[in-house]
Amino acid sequence: MKRATRVRLASDAALFVVAGAFLLPLLWLVLSSIDAEADLRVRLPSSPTTENFSAVLTDEITFTPMLNSLLLCGSATLLTVACAALAAYPLSRYRSRFSRPYLLTILFTTCLPITAIMVPVYGLFVQVNLVDTMYGTALFLATSQLPFSIWLMKNFMDGVPTVLEEAAWTDGASMLQTLTRIVLPLMGPGMTVVMIYTFIQLWGNFFVPFMLLLSPDQLPASVSIFTFFGNYGSVIYGQLAAFSILYSTPVLLLYILISRRLGGGFALGGAVKG
Amino acid sequence: MPAGGRERDQGRGGRGARPLRWLPLAPATVLLLLFLAGPIGYCVWIAFTNTQLTGSSTSDFVGLDNFRRAFADDNFRNAVWLTLVFTFVSSIVGQNTIGLALAGLMRAASRPVRTVTGAVVIAAWVLPEIVAAFLLYAFFRREGTLNVILDWLHLPSQNWLFTLPILAVSFANVWRGTAFSMLIYSAALSEIPKDITEAAEVDGASGVRRLWHITLPMIRRSIGTNLMLNTLSTLSVFGLIWAMTRGGPGNRSQTLPVFMYDQAFLKSLIGYGTAVALLLLLVGALFSIVYVRLLKVEV
Repeated sequence: MKRATRVRLASDAALFVVAGAFLLPLLWLVLSSIDAEADLRVRLPSSPTTENFSAVLTDEITFTPMLNSLLLCGSATLLTVACAALAAYPLSRYRSRFSRPYLLTILFTTCLPITAIMVPVYGLFVQVNLVDTMYGTALFLATSQLPFSIWLMKNFMDGVPTVLEEAAWTDGASMLQTLTRIVLPLMGPGMTVVMIYTFIQLWGNFFVPFMLLLSPDQLPASVSIFTFFGNYGSVIYGQLAAFSILYSTPVLLLYILISRRLGGGFALGGAVKG
Repeated sequence: MPAGGRERDQGRGGRGARPLRWLPLAPATVLLLLFLAGPIGYCVWIAFTNTQLTGSSTSDFVGLDNFRRAFADDNFRNAVWLTLVFTFVSSIVGQNTIGLALAGLMRAASRPVRTVTGAVVIAAWVLPEIVAAFLLYAFFRREGTLNVILDWLHLPSQNWLFTLPILAVSFANVWRGTAFSMLIYSAALSEIPKDITEAAEVDGASGVRRLWHITLPMIRRSIGTNLMLNTLSTLSVFGLIWAMTRGGPGNRSQTLPVFMYDQAFLKSLIGYGTAVALLLLLVGALFSIVYVRLLKVEV
């Protein structure tokens, strides 16, 4: 056997083992969701069923929390992307004494552990009556993603040539017009990446809504999932798995949508949070 | 990094329009000041007071008391130690090394295996934090999958979340976070020119020597960046641990974020909890400064 073939087979075998280890918890999720008697171990369901899904597809368990998630993360994403696009424009197009310090501060902020400031954020929110409000939570969520979004957006904007803008300026277009009519359409794919990435991050965020929202009817899916462990002590694992799949599907699909751009060159300037 | 339009600094619209063109920065800056700089400033203030959740009228300046108390508190030192273990095992050893190994192996492996492995590892990363936590809770529980496998191999099984909770949550974090390192290292490895490794191969350098003398030095910037970002994101993990163990049993998986939450909200000691948060923030800020300095050339 040739050396190259041996190396390839050995690598395949090693990857196979690792992939298997990573796959087991995912298998549990899929198999349990179609097993009426699911417990904590991975096993093939004796008679596959859709019972678990139909049991969780109610207003209270699935639709309200998912709608809350959508409202919360959707509005926060729009706010983040709008603010980031506006902010990125002067940072990308003009140079002044403070644009470099501004960018360095932004980069610095992308790395701060947001978890650490949740206690003071809660304290502040109590004082200004923002606790348990959707818009307050959305505002904080939007801000938490802003530094990274500005950074990404600025890098994408740097890649858009300025020739067309100059033509528009000669025709008397204002800055805002140039930004919305010329620059943003030209960086459509980059904008999409920023938007989807922000949404994925927010959709999975647990700690922020866990701290800032209290009333059960306002909780997003990332927090409401705890109700499966709630009242009677016994957990219906099949339904928990089914709900987890429903809750995870949007972000998995969105990730597949942007994965070509994200995965290939990983052109995120290195500054991505895991 | 293409710097489109940097030359056009003088801009148009004359002197009068100059301040106006920075106006688009305003919404983002206001949000950042209100919801990020504000809480951080408030954090610095509260950490020096004895604010409590109940009986809000009492909020006196107590100076360094909270910090003195923290360093004398066994539970705090326990949390620091567990945070170090958690970070070291899951981020520095686990995510980093496994990520590098996966990226390296994938270059040598056949295409279908590479695709499948990549998809599985990345799926673990993209899943929401809480879902990941439940999956690994199920995996590590006494009646869970891990023990089934151990039984099958005739190895002793145990209640992992009870006997080794900090290792269980560390492995959970490895499961969840390795994809990020894998992606960073895949990109870094693909940028190494082929002729360099081939030349070393012709010269008869062994695989280990090639890794040590050529590959690792060439990707050292990526290693630095990756370690920094992994460590920072691991430092602030809360949901994963909370959903798997609630920091227990006792305080045996209570890392700093969980300790902070426990003190501030379950024990209502906002001042003390915030002091812990401030320490965590300071560690994060130190890492951030190093990171920014590493990247500075590119801004």
